[in-house]
Amino acid sequence: MTSPLEQKKIKIAGPSVVTANRTWDGIVVYRTAANGWSADLSDAAIVRNSDEAKALLAESVADDVGAIGPYIAPVQIGADGKVQPGNLREQIRRTGVTIGSPVQV
Amino acid sequence: MYAYDEIDRTLVNERVSEFRDQVKRRLSGELTEDEFKMLRLQNGVYLQLHAYMFRVAIPYGTLASNQLRQLAHVARKYDRGYGHFTTRQNIQFNWIKLAELPDALADLAEVGIHAMQTSGNNMRNVTSDQWAGVAPGEIEDPRIWSELIRQHTTLHPEFSFLPRKFKIAITASDHDRAAIKIHDIGLRLIKNEKGETGFEVLVGGGLGRTPFIAKTIKHFVHGRDILSYIEAILRVYNQYGRRDNIYKARIKILVHELGIEKFSREVEDEWQHIRNSSLQIDDEVIEDIRSRFTYPAYEKLPHMPDELRQAAADPGFEAWRKNSVAPHKNQGYSIVTISLKPIGAPPGDATAEQMDALADLADKYSFGEIRVGHEQNLALPHVAKRDLPALWKALDKLGLATPNVNLITDIIACPGLDYCSLANARSIPIAQELTRRFSNHELANLIGRLHINISGCINACGHHHVGHIGILGVEKNGEEVYQITIGGRADENAALGNLIGPGVKFDEVADVVEDIVEAYLALRERPEELFMDTVKRLGVEPFKERVYATR
Ligand code: HEM
Ligand code: SF4
Repeated sequence: MTSPLEQKKIKIAGPSVVTANRTWDGIVVYRTAANGWSADLSDAAIVRNSDEAKALLAESVADDVGAIGPYIAPVQIGADGKVQPGNLREQIRRTGVTIGSPVQV
Repeated sequence: MYAYDEIDRTLVNERVSEFRDQVKRRLSGELTEDEFKMLRLQNGVYLQLHAYMFRVAIPYGTLASNQLRQLAHVARKYDRGYGHFTTRQNIQFNWIKLAELPDALADLAEVGIHAMQTSGNNMRNVTSDQWAGVAPGEIEDPRIWSELIRQHTTLHPEFSFLPRKFKIAITASDHDRAAIKIHDIGLRLIKNEKGETGFEVLVGGGLGRTPFIAKTIKHFVHGRDILSYIEAILRVYNQYGRRDNIYKARIKILVHELGIEKFSREVEDEWQHIRNSSLQIDDEVIEDIRSRFTYPAYEKLPHMPDELRQAAADPGFEAWRKNSVAPHKNQGYSIVTISLKPIGAPPGDATAEQMDALADLADKYSFGEIRVGHEQNLALPHVAKRDLPALWKALDKLGLATPNVNLITDIIACPGLDYCSLANARSIPIAQELTRRFSNHELANLIGRLHINISGCINACGHHHVGHIGILGVEKNGEEVYQITIGGRADENAALGNLIGPGVKFDEVADVVEDIVEAYLALRERPEELFMDTVKRLGVEPFKERVYATR
C-alpha cells in the first residue's frame, strides 16, 4: 500500500470515506455525515466523486481537535449495502493486526 | 550501571511537566496538530495505524531491573500488556493514549527513563555494543564515550535542528555488534601505537531509500578530541546538508556527493578551528563519567563449576548454552543472550509478565542489569556460570530460552503494515512464517549463522539491506510484493545485499527462502562455510537460478 500520508492529488476511483485517528486516544475513526467522528465504518459518510471527497476532507481537516491526519480512503460497498475497507491497509486499520497479540502467546 | 546525576534527573522531570502542559493545550484545542507534532515527536510520540506509538530511550541499551519493571508497568497500565524492542536499542509501545502519555512519562521519569532523542531531526540516542563492559578483549567500555556524547548532545541547540535525524554508534571490540557502518557516524574505539585511547571515525553510513556503508574519515582521533571532531563533522553537515529535500538530507548523501576526500578536508579545516577550544575533553570529565559506571563485585569463581558439568547431560540445556551463552571477560561468568524470537511470535515483543520476570531474574543472577541489543534480543551481562542451569530453567518457563540466537529464526523485522503508517507491506507475519518453517533446531543449527532482516518499506527500519537474506516489502497494484536480497551483512565487514530477481508474493516468501537455504546447503564446500561466505564465493547467480527456475 503506498502510504496515503503521501496523498497529494485528490482523485478517487470509487466510493471513499475520510478516516483519521482520534486525537485524545489515537483510535481509528471515520468522518460521519453529521460532521462528527465515529469508530464504526458503517457510520462513515460515503463520497463518490472528487469534489465531494475534497469537501469532506476540508471539513475534516478543520476539526483538528477531534482527530488528526485525515485522508481519503477507498471502501467497497457490498450487495447488502455493507461498507468494507477498500484495501489491506484500511482492513488492518479496521480489524487490527494480523499477527495475534503476544500477550496470548 | 550508570548513575545519573541531579542535572539529568531535573531535566527529565521538567520535560514531563512541560509535556503535560503541551498535551493539555493540544486536547483543549489551544495547540493545533501542526503546532503540536514537533513537540510530541520530541517526546517519542508517533502516530501509527491504530494508535499513537511511544518510543522510549534506552541509552546504549543498558537497563536496570527497576527500569525494566517500570517498562512492564507502563505496558500493563497504559498499553496492551506488551512492548516491542527495536533495532535502535529502544522500546516502543503501540497502543498508548495521548491523554495518558504524560502519566506514562512521569512513571518512567521515576526511574530515570525518558523519550528524548528518540525521534525528530536531532542527534538520536547513541547506540553501542550490548556487551559493552563485559566483552572479552574490548579496549574499554564504549558506554563511557557514548555517555559523554549523550551529555554533550542532549537538547544541544546545534544538534536539535539538524537537516535530518542523526545516529551515532560506538563499538570497542573487533567484532562489531553495534553495526557502526550503517550509522551516520560510526566510532570504533582503538589504541594508537603510543597506547593512547581514541577512535577510528567512520561517516556516511545509513540504510533507507539510498543505502551506504560508512567510510573511514580518520584513522585515529584522540579521545580528548572526539567531541570537537564530531562537532566539526556536524558543522560541515549543517552547512551543506540538503534541508530542501527530505530524501537527500541525510549525511550519507552529502558524503557521497562531495566524496569522502573533499568531505574529510572540509571537516579537517573546521576541526582545526575548534579542536583546541572548550570542546577538548579534560581527563577529569572522562574520569567522572567512568566513575559513574559501576560494575558488580565479581567473585573469584571456577571456570567450570560442578553445576555446569552436571547440567551438560541435559541436551536441552546444552543446546541453549552453546547457542545463547557467550564468554565474559571475568572468569566464572557469562553473558547470556535472551532470544525475543520464540517460534511463531513477533520478533522483539515482550509481555509485561516476561519483563517483570526478567527483572527478577536479573536481580537474582545478573546484578540487576539487562541489556538490549540491536538484533531485538535482550541480554543478561553478568551471570555466574554456576547459575546457568537454574537461569535456563527459569527462562524456559517464560518462553525465553529459544536456542536460536544468530540462527535463521533470529529474525529482525520492523513493525510493517501491521502497525506502521508508512508501510507498504507486512513484515511480522513473514517473520512468523519463516520461524515456523525453520523451527526444527537441528536444521537451524545445520544451517548455522544466518540473519534474515525484513522491512515493510524502503525506510529500512528492519535493516533489510544488511541481512544475509534481506526482505523488503513493496506494493504493486495494491498487492504486497517482496524483494529479496542476499549477501548483506552488518558487522565489521558490512556490505549491502544484492537483489536476486523479481519480487515475490506474500505467500511465496517463505518458499523462496527455503529454496535459497537448500541451494546454500547443496553449494557450501564444508559445514563451516557460512551462508554469507558461500554467497561471497559464488555470487547471486546460483541462488537466483534455484529460486526462479521453477517460478
Ligand atoms: C512509527 C514507526 C516508525 C516510523 C514512522 C519510522 C520512520 C523511519 C524513517 C522515515 C526512516 C528513514 C530515514 C531516512 O532514511 O532518512 C527510518 C529509518 C530507520 N528506522 Fe524507523 N520508523 C519507525 C519504526 C522503527 C522501528 C520499530 C525501528 C526498529 C525496529 C526503527 C529503526 C530504524 C532504523 C534502524 C532505520 C534505518 C537506519 C537509518 O537511519 O538509515 N524504526 N525510520
Ligand atoms: S521500514 Fe517502513 S514499514 Fe518498517 S517500520 Fe520503518 S517506516 Fe515502518
